[in-house]
Amino acid sequence: MSGTFVGMPAFPKAAHEAVNNTTLRGNLRHATHTIRTKRAKAVAEVSDWAELRDAGKRIKDHTLRHLDRYLVQLEESVTAAGGVVHWAADAEEANRIVTELVRATGESEVVKVKSMATQEIGLNEALEAAGIRAYETDLAELIVQLGEDRPSHILVPAIHRNRGEIRDIFVREMGAWGRAAPEGLTDTPAELAEAARLHLREKFLRAKVGISGANFMVAETGTLVVVESEGNGRMCLTLPETLISVVGIEKVVPAWRDLEVFLQTLPRSSTAERMNPYTSMWTGTTDGDGPRALHLVLLDNGRTDTLADEVGRQALRCIRCSACLNVCPVYERAGGHAYGSVYPGPIGAILSPQLRGTASEIDASLPYASSLCGACYEVCPVAIDIPEVLVHLRERIAQGGPVTREGNTVVLRPARGHAAERAAMRAARWALGRPGALRAGQRLASRTRRFHPRTLPGPGRAWSGSRELPAVPAESFRDWWQRTRGGKDVTK
Amino acid sequence: MSSRDLILGRVRRALADGSGEDGAPPEPGPEDGDSSYEQAVGRSYLREHGARSPAETVDLLAENLADYRAIVHRATEEELPDLVARLLDRRGSRQVLVPPGLPSVWLSAADPAPVDDLAGSTPGELDAVGSVVTGCAVAIAETGTIVLDGGPDQGRRRITLVPDHHICVVRVPGQVVASVPQALGRLDPTRPLTWISGPSATSDIELDRVEGVHGPRTLEVVLVSAD
Repeated sequence: MSGTFVGMPAFPKAAHEAVNNTTLRGNLRHATHTIRTKRAKAVAEVSDWAELRDAGKRIKDHTLRHLDRYLVQLEESVTAAGGVVHWAADAEEANRIVTELVRATGESEVVKVKSMATQEIGLNEALEAAGIRAYETDLAELIVQLGEDRPSHILVPAIHRNRGEIRDIFVREMGAWGRAAPEGLTDTPAELAEAARLHLREKFLRAKVGISGANFMVAETGTLVVVESEGNGRMCLTLPETLISVVGIEKVVPAWRDLEVFLQTLPRSSTAERMNPYTSMWTGTTDGDGPRALHLVLLDNGRTDTLADEVGRQALRCIRCSACLNVCPVYERAGGHAYGSVYPGPIGAILSPQLRGTASEIDASLPYASSLCGACYEVCPVAIDIPEVLVHLRERIAQGGPVTREGNTVVLRPARGHAAERAAMRAARWALGRPGALRAGQRLASRTRRFHPRTLPGPGRAWSGSRELPAVPAESFRDWWQRTRGGKDVTK
Repeated sequence: MSSRDLILGRVRRALADGSGEDGAPPEPGPEDGDSSYEQAVGRSYLREHGARSPAETVDLLAENLADYRAIVHRATEEELPDLVARLLDRRGSRQVLVPPGLPSVWLSAADPAPVDDLAGSTPGELDAVGSVVTGCAVAIAETGTIVLDGGPDQGRRRITLVPDHHICVVRVPGQVVASVPQALGRLDPTRPLTWISGPSATSDIELDRVEGVHGPRTLEVVLVSAD
């Protein structure tokens, strides 16, 4: 994935620093609580939410189960409609394909619709290295780009910035990128939006190449769909002569009709709207309307490896709504940057370690960036059981085992740092399989309970540093049951 | 090996565990109108939410459009030209973009000079035009959405994007459906489609919705009925 995040410290360290940033915590609390209440209201408006959620899950599962066939069908449909399909096994290949396509047009700048896939592969950096300037046109992406910052939320990459900070960034940076911010710009959201409109207008009007992702691709018809709010998406999708769409292979759905599910669940889950202001759908090219050349780059970059994991593959159902971020108590306090990936929050904690593998410190720590409270699962519009995948990934990191990397099966060694955990589990397995030993141990523990320390020694210290040790009762359950015959003889 | 074959090979190996919906190998999909896909999806959700008369459906459309800050007007066919003229006059636009198949009577009372939607116009030229008047393909009551499909009375996508003021005429009740599923059934996926729900907006500043970014900042919807 993106090189932006190389060398990130593990989640606990990054989170520790973030929670001490009171501005950041205030900004995140304000934003996530605003959207949380609104989402609940938007969802409550539709009486069949549970059925829509179930249908979304089933459509995605069915598609993933037959992904090879639907990708081939999509390729045929897009080609028949006048598009050109490219396949990219990894980020490097996708960046190379896009760079060559832009070069072939002779242009040295492109306008971009907000896209997670191009963030993931670090396309802007790759284009810059080739002398091509990529302008982000989504308001939040613009804030991140102008501030030389990193995204911290899937839907609103600049969620960590408040209006005052955004104003300062606009005033300071816009001039270097094009039209400067208006004189006397204040921090009212309407004025900030106006400043972005003026700044980007000239770029849209002269753009010859647009780069986008897509929220959905329909195999049956070859239709691509972009869901947005501001109109920057429409600008990039219709004004340029050449459109290049970089889309993860898991974004395909079988039929036109499947959109009726996601166009109901996605807006309500992401911006808490009945419908987002603009949705664009295009099928190949249209004579006299919009780009004359359409390129679709289908991106793997770890998705097929994720697909190979029977438990973890459900992460590929994700439609990037970001509802799970907005309800997560860990995200609200730690912020998006601590996750060290363009995919932060609960979904990022299961997606990044699967797309990138768990070789780095940050990726190995992500499955632990959760209290397993399950709020993310509850709000997920495609019912991804994030806690289940988190526990599954933790198990794999602690115990090791076979995983798929770049299409090959490799066997992970048990991670260092989990030796005490493994030893404790081995001891538990041994004792629970030997009733006599368990009883003797329980009695010993009960009789010595007065002398038990309140924190664990050695490798257990970190664990008990933030938890109360459970109190050992005076008598074990089994002894009590035997003595009182299951409570019948209560006088004893 | 091409990347295409590489990726498809990886997909097939990843799925070789056989733990499908029914454990069976891949079966034909929707293009064959077969049962495995429909069975797998099991659409138990509603086709529309609640039962409404056509008039009530139009009322709901008006309510939801207004909720997302579109300005809603109602007129009979006879009143339409005067209403459009008033709206353009109030806006103060000197020019108005016109799709090729717009009924000429709609603008028969309007003052601004009509500008044709020409293939050769540059985006910069369109940016100088104040308003655009179009029809639509379908409108969705439950979500307050109008959908354009590039038909003769709607024109190229860019003409409803670059001008800052869009007047969209919806024929009621004929062009109005209740729900998203009903709208998709009416639309042709081979046409370029734009779904519009209120004026351009953003939630990017503190996750609070603000109207008015790159698309038309003023959207006026005229619900026109035969009588």
